[in-house]
Amino acid sequence: MADQVFYLTELLGLQVYDLKGRKLGVIKDAAIVPLVHPSRIDRYLVGGGFAWLTVRHDQIRSISFDGIYLLDEHLTPYHSDEYMLRMVRDLLDQQIIDAEGRKVVRVTDVTFDPRRENGSDVLNVYEVDIGMRSVFRRLFQGVLPRKLVRRLQGPIRPNSIRWATCSILEADPQRRLRLNIDNHLLEEMHPADLADIVEDLSPDDREAIFETIDSEVAAETLSEVDPDIQAAILESLETETAADIVEEMSPNEAADILAELEPETSEEILEEMEPEPKTEVRELLEFKEDSAGGLMNTEYVALPETATVADAMSAIRANEEVLETLNTIFLIDSNEYLKGSVALARLFIASGDTPLRDLASENLIQVDVDESQARVTEMFDKYNLLTLPVVDEHGRLSGAITADDIISVLRQR
Amino acid sequence: MQKRFRNNIVIFLSVLGPGLITANVDNDSGGIYTYSAAGAKYGYLPLWTLIPITVLLIITQEMCSRMGAVTGKGLSDLIREEFGLRTTFFMMAALVIANWTNVVAEFAGIATSLELFHLSRYFTVPLSAVAVWYVVVKGNYRNVERIFLIACTVYVTYIISGVLVKPDWKEAAIYSVKPILIFDSGYIYMLIGMVGTSIAPWMQFYLQAAVVEKGITAKEYVQSRLEVIIGCIMTDVVAFFIIVACAGAIWSHGAKDIDSAADAAVALKPFGQYAFLLFSIGLFNASFFAACILPLSTAYTVCEGLGFESGVDRKFKEAPIFYWLYTLLIVLGAAVILIPKVNLVAMVLFSQVINGVLLPFVLIYMILLINRKGLMKEWTNSPFYNAISWASVAIMIGLTLALVAISIKGGG
Repeated sequence: MADQVFYLTELLGLQVYDLKGRKLGVIKDAAIVPLVHPSRIDRYLVGGGFAWLTVRHDQIRSISFDGIYLLDEHLTPYHSDEYMLRMVRDLLDQQIIDAEGRKVVRVTDVTFDPRRENGSDVLNVYEVDIGMRSVFRRLFQGVLPRKLVRRLQGPIRPNSIRWATCSILEADPQRRLRLNIDNHLLEEMHPADLADIVEDLSPDDREAIFETIDSEVAAETLSEVDPDIQAAILESLETETAADIVEEMSPNEAADILAELEPETSEEILEEMEPEPKTEVRELLEFKEDSAGGLMNTEYVALPETATVADAMSAIRANEEVLETLNTIFLIDSNEYLKGSVALARLFIASGDTPLRDLASENLIQVDVDESQARVTEMFDKYNLLTLPVVDEHGRLSGAITADDIISVLRQR
Repeated sequence: MQKRFRNNIVIFLSVLGPGLITANVDNDSGGIYTYSAAGAKYGYLPLWTLIPITVLLIITQEMCSRMGAVTGKGLSDLIREEFGLRTTFFMMAALVIANWTNVVAEFAGIATSLELFHLSRYFTVPLSAVAVWYVVVKGNYRNVERIFLIACTVYVTYIISGVLVKPDWKEAAIYSVKPILIFDSGYIYMLIGMVGTSIAPWMQFYLQAAVVEKGITAKEYVQSRLEVIIGCIMTDVVAFFIIVACAGAIWSHGAKDIDSAADAAVALKPFGQYAFLLFSIGLFNASFFAACILPLSTAYTVCEGLGFESGVDRKFKEAPIFYWLYTLLIVLGAAVILIPKVNLVAMVLFSQVINGVLLPFVLIYMILLINRKGLMKEWTNSPFYNAISWASVAIMIGLTLALVAISIKGGG
């Protein structure tokens, strides 16, 4: 076989000949067995009389437009095999995730990369084809001769995705294992991109992804998903999985999502959670969603007002998980009353023994837990804030609102 | 928590969307002209079709929204996944042609409604085409949609007029339940058109896509179903009064073919000097509304079915086929109107007959899909549902064949 590529649509319908050159039937489907090899076509399904036959890849001598010639005639009847990913049945016309292009696409054709191995022609899945060119090929294959179709498709621009960057969708968890589907491609994506993809999928596929993906990635992704769909996803999951995911979220996001659920479901999920995040989330759930309390986060860094820059540095080292969003350190007294706030950047230009009190902003801007969302938004605008501390009715620090919370609020209007 | 209480209202309002919007788009320029023509030419005779049409409309739309809610996928996606590319391609090709004639009908509605005020179609149609394109691609369609929905209340004028023209209620009541079938090509043409305008194929694709877009799940679907049913009944109540108003105001003075907007506007004559104005507002709003949705919905449906990038949130470069298809539908739809001496009303009626001819094929795929256990799980059709749906398919194909047969025999 001299050609660079071979298409699935070309493979289908090819005559299969035995050693004596007798016709056995035509190719009906081809399958890879992902547990054995991620891309090699392992079995060819041949339809002749009543039953289909299975041809192993090493039983084939040559594959060309003239037909498929075998090396060996010990063929077995086809029986359904859960470990097979069948190209026509499972891939053609179905949706898959293009991890590189970060979108959901529909498979129109499959491109193979033919190789010569141990005296056999072996096909490897190379690309998945989408777009006009493959549509053209699908429509005319079988109507016009294969060579003519190839020539006619020439001017149309190809549009393909490398097989290595494709992630198959399969809702059945057992079959996911048998097809060796893992989520590393999805887990490596930016959660916001994964969230966009998830929104495009059917509820079953969404569920399958969230059930199997790493719970930290799941949490980050879920918080990026459209609020309308968040609740539906969480409700579709096993309570245990849902609780694992919610635990990984920041308490205020967790509370926001749980508030969207049916009271019983959200209670069940809370019960499954670890005691510490559970209490925090429960407290947050008490606040009205559109109040400062409902917006605030309970992950913040607060130090005694007597602390020094060096103390602050070591406190930050101990709280690595908040690093990415941290921009302010709060000062509190022994009764947890808010006494001041220090912009993070100030720490860098002060010596280690400087008391934090000296670095605090002159005006302490704070807000009451019951303050309305509209007022909070206004304060961010007016005072150009990045972080706004929230205090309870006695003036004790209970949380902080950050600018990205406000952006979400504004976008949802 | 106060939130929970509000949640219920929010769910209802958000679910309130797809079914009612579809219902309102249903009485577009095709609907208004087809029902008007039916009433003006055949009087109360066609009223009997409305009950079976309503039943079929409810069944079809219910199936679409159920499929959307359960599978989370559009109708063209499902056809593609279950029946392969070739079937999808031919279905999409037929749909594009049928929908193009419908776009023509919407622009015909725009042209005729404004011609009542002596605004030339050579001026209004190109302007509207640009406006439609702009509103959807660059503007904020969501806001515009609200204006449309409010303006849809103009249909109430038909109900008022239907009462004021003092129709023969006894006859209207009798013919509402007494089926009359005449083997006359004009009558059968009209019957197919009436079914085609009420249960337009494109609307099934649109509704299912809208249900999926809203993220309605199988659980919330019960609320959605109620909304679909209310919407369908509303559609056909308006249809009933259009026919009655036309029968009372036009047919009772002699059966007449409707050739222009001025003819059809006579149905609103109890409003005196405002009749033209009301008719014009109603027709213009309905046509413009549908002209916004129809090309967009077609482009979405086709691109999703064939696996091309789609969406107005994508850039032109990312989704070229989507934008080309969308733009061409509008441009070619508007262009037909500009051909001199085209009988616009006949054009509108023709497009609805095309809908009626295509409908059974869409229905066949819908019924096949919704009965697949692997797809719909416990949400497949009941035998009763299937019986009615298959009977409708048979009747529609029968009517089409009868029309073809009569036309060939040259009876006409």
